[in-house]
Amino acid sequence: MIAFFEDAGFIVTSYVVTFAAIGAIAWRLVRTGRKLGKQVPDDEKYWT
Amino acid sequence: MTTLEPNRTATASEVVATRSTGTKATRAIGIAAVVAMTWLLLFALVFSPADVNQGDSVRLMYIHLPTIWVAYLSFIVSAIASGMYLFTKKHSLGWDRMAGASSEIGVIFVGLTLIVGMLWGRLTWGVFWQWDARLTTTALLFVTYIGYLAVRRLDGSHHQRAKRSAVIGLLGVLLLPLVHWSVRIWRSLHQEATILNTDLDAEIDGIMFFSILVGLVAFSLLYVWLMLHRTRVMAMEDLLDDRGLDLALAERRAEGGVR
Repeated sequence: MIAFFEDAGFIVTSYVVTFAAIGAIAWRLVRTGRKLGKQVPDDEKYWT
Repeated sequence: MTTLEPNRTATASEVVATRSTGTKATRAIGIAAVVAMTWLLLFALVFSPADVNQGDSVRLMYIHLPTIWVAYLSFIVSAIASGMYLFTKKHSLGWDRMAGASSEIGVIFVGLTLIVGMLWGRLTWGVFWQWDARLTTTALLFVTYIGYLAVRRLDGSHHQRAKRSAVIGLLGVLLLPLVHWSVRIWRSLHQEATILNTDLDAEIDGIMFFSILVGLVAFSLLYVWLMLHRTRVMAMEDLLDDRGLDLALAERRAEGGVR
């Protein structure tokens, strides 16, 4: 479907950049949360 | 503390630290965001028609508009949280972390807006960049909040960090009206606001309008998810920072006692 778009390269690049950035940030955030979560006792985490 | 065996009390090395920043609520919001993003991709790339004037390049609007929406939202939330920190008696660092997390997210999304905007500009104007009013003010907004994040990293206590950055957060948000109405104030290559125009009448076809709404919902959910995780990570970072400082002070005192 996308291959039939005019200017598909620009459109696909925009979507890939946006979603790749979001995915990378989300992944890094979860990973940092897990790492720090092991160093902080659960009763000091206000969300638990 | 409940995961220890019965009839035993926790020693320092057995303190339970198993939970990350995720909760049932964040998981639910995350799943909703992924579902909404999938809908956005379907509507943006499959269901929505090409524009009469812009052709398929109009599909960039379905991510360009939600990214700048999240950026606006982020900086407004950051300013409100900054105000709450500065003007409430408690001066809670929770407000400061909210302001910092929101600004970080805002910077990322302004960056994405600029990248997608440049690609869209290349398609519609023939150039990646023009020192046009909207583009210039958006770049200024981006640089201002990078400065805000840099100030947050300066040396000092958490409250010093909070005070400095809150002032910048309250001043930085004043750029938003300038960015939004720059296309009206100055002659601009950039088109006027599609939805939030001053006449409040959306000049857009039904399925395109719906696709934009799906994008706004999807990115708003993503913003909430990112905010929850980032503020929790920041809370843990601050806690570990304080603990490191306490430990260093205790060591110094012990050294002093020995002498």
